[in-house]
Amino acid sequence: MHHAALPKTPTGITGLDEITGGGIPQGRPTLVCGEAGCGKTLMSIEFIVRGATEFNEPGVFMAFEEKADELAMNVASLGFDLDKLQAEKKIRIDHVHIDRSEIEETGEYDLEGLFIRLNYAIDSIGAKRVVLDTLENLFSGLSNQVLLRAELRRLFHWLKDKGVTAIITGERGDGKLTRQGLEEYVSDCVILLDHRVINQISTRRLRIVKYRGTVHGTNEYPFLIDEDGISVLPVTSLKLEKAVSSDRVSSGIPALDKMLGGKGFFKGSSILVSGTAGTGKTSIAAYFANETCSQGKRCIYFAFEESPKQIIRNMHSINVDLQQYVNSGTLKFFASRPTLYGLEMHLVAMYKLIKQFKPHAVVLDPITNLITVGTVSEVKAMLIRLIDFLQEEQITVMFTALTLNNAVTEQTDEGVSSLVDAWMLVRDIEYNGERNRGMYIMKSRGMKHSNQVREFIITDKGLDLVDVYLGPDGILTGSAREAQMLQEQTGEVLRDYAVGRKDREIIRKRKVLEAKISSLQTEFESVEDELNKTYQEEELIKQVADKTRKEITAIRRGSVNDTIKIKTRKK
Amino acid sequence: MSPKAETKRYELRLYVAGKTLKSVTALANLKKYCEEHLQGQYVIEVIDLLLQPQLAEGDQIFAIPTLVRKVPEPIRKIIGDLSNEEKVLVGLNIRPA
Repeated sequence: MHHAALPKTPTGITGLDEITGGGIPQGRPTLVCGEAGCGKTLMSIEFIVRGATEFNEPGVFMAFEEKADELAMNVASLGFDLDKLQAEKKIRIDHVHIDRSEIEETGEYDLEGLFIRLNYAIDSIGAKRVVLDTLENLFSGLSNQVLLRAELRRLFHWLKDKGVTAIITGERGDGKLTRQGLEEYVSDCVILLDHRVINQISTRRLRIVKYRGTVHGTNEYPFLIDEDGISVLPVTSLKLEKAVSSDRVSSGIPALDKMLGGKGFFKGSSILVSGTAGTGKTSIAAYFANETCSQGKRCIYFAFEESPKQIIRNMHSINVDLQQYVNSGTLKFFASRPTLYGLEMHLVAMYKLIKQFKPHAVVLDPITNLITVGTVSEVKAMLIRLIDFLQEEQITVMFTALTLNNAVTEQTDEGVSSLVDAWMLVRDIEYNGERNRGMYIMKSRGMKHSNQVREFIITDKGLDLVDVYLGPDGILTGSAREAQMLQEQTGEVLRDYAVGRKDREIIRKRKVLEAKISSLQTEFESVEDELNKTYQEEELIKQVADKTRKEITAIRRGSVNDTIKIKTRKK
Repeated sequence: MSPKAETKRYELRLYVAGKTLKSVTALANLKKYCEEHLQGQYVIEVIDLLLQPQLAEGDQIFAIPTLVRKVPEPIRKIIGDLSNEEKVLVGLNIRPA
């Protein structure tokens, strides 16, 4: 049987709504707890502000800690103008001041005053959202704990009856989510914020401890507080149901494209370029970025080692002008020292930038440096998330990774080689007193690719791949290859010469033959002429003889001929 | 109820929410103590927050009933039904602690 989905209220906080599958439970209280300084107040105020500005849901912020003006000042750095929103009656901030030294308790009381205040605040602006920050301050201000608990229970019921979506914040206590066990009262949704420092690097994390009646991400999600508020990174998508593309993108190196079935990488795939120091990984990455931008597409280059200016300068030496794309806005560099902040923060920062810039391709150069701020497994987990995210967005990503010792292992580094779709290895080939670069394609999922080692050469004209020579002593590269080529060229010239000589002899022979043929023909003609002459003479003789014989015959008959003559004359 | 110029004058405000038992008890207690100790020196203003909820914020009221001593300064607050006379008198600074 199909039940109606739990209605949810979007918080408007980047990423949080994705983790919760749409937001926090509508019309119900949600508990946000964590230690001091973990961002509880900020998260709750953002919930109110986003509600007012983006979802047209006015909100009441009841502050038990900070005064209204202090609060306004604190969040002004995030671009939230609380005074303006208050003036527009979109939000209302009510500061509940509780000072034990000013208060004497005697006899029975209840918190009806708070209810009335809250009710009045809600009704005055038609609020749909309520934040109580930090409710537990009541416990420090009042001594009757039993009464407080009863009143809190009543408050949560009252909030539900009122139908407002509420966030209640609470400080984390020993062994409990909150000091006063508020989680007992809020049974629908509990979000835990955490702020940890590992290796001197602090990382904020968020976890949905409980969300009744709905699927939610159960992991710890890092989040970032910056000038745009809170961004939570929904790091691992729950499904492996990404759209895939069979479009291809060029690597920028025609010879490399040729090795990859002639067309290059798949769009939206992940590519790892690994190699030892100085093998030209950055150059390959820069070429890829250059190619992407030259097609008018956008690219982000995350540099963890060199500054953007350094990369641009260095790439000029191989005839790649990245500056023009930086100027035209299609290429964006984002350089940060890995140690600047934690791994997760890097991820969140990248995620945010990618969401904003919407690039077609992303370069991470190099991922190896991230190891300095996390363990191998952490880096791997982070890269899985990044790859997941990029695949979902159909963004092609190229990582470069430094292999420290290629003799020990080729299975890189951050263990990402199994995750990526294509893996290229650039390796030093040491032979004949020099070092040259050889490139292999270790794998390339879903396409025909060359299994051959190519020599990878970097010249001031650019990058290229050449076939290596397999000589009697093995693979020949660099000057040995040049020497081999020279030798082959010499051989070719010699062979050409030999062939030429033979050709000429044949021509000569043909000429001799032709001369002979023509002389024979002449001879034949003269013989034929001779024969003809004899034949004609004989014919002539025969004719003359015939004629003579006839005349003689006529003469013998004599009279006949004369008579006829006479008769003719008489007439 | 007109106080003399030289005597201390008390302006008291009692916040209630409807005529609940606690509120009624508090008001009765307060009137009793004032008559006993502050005769002619006090003014009691009863504010029902159910009728005037907008007033709760100004005096930072969250508990009901709350007695606020507006004058003399500094402002003092006593929450509860005021059943403990000693505490109330100390709290209002009528009797030194």
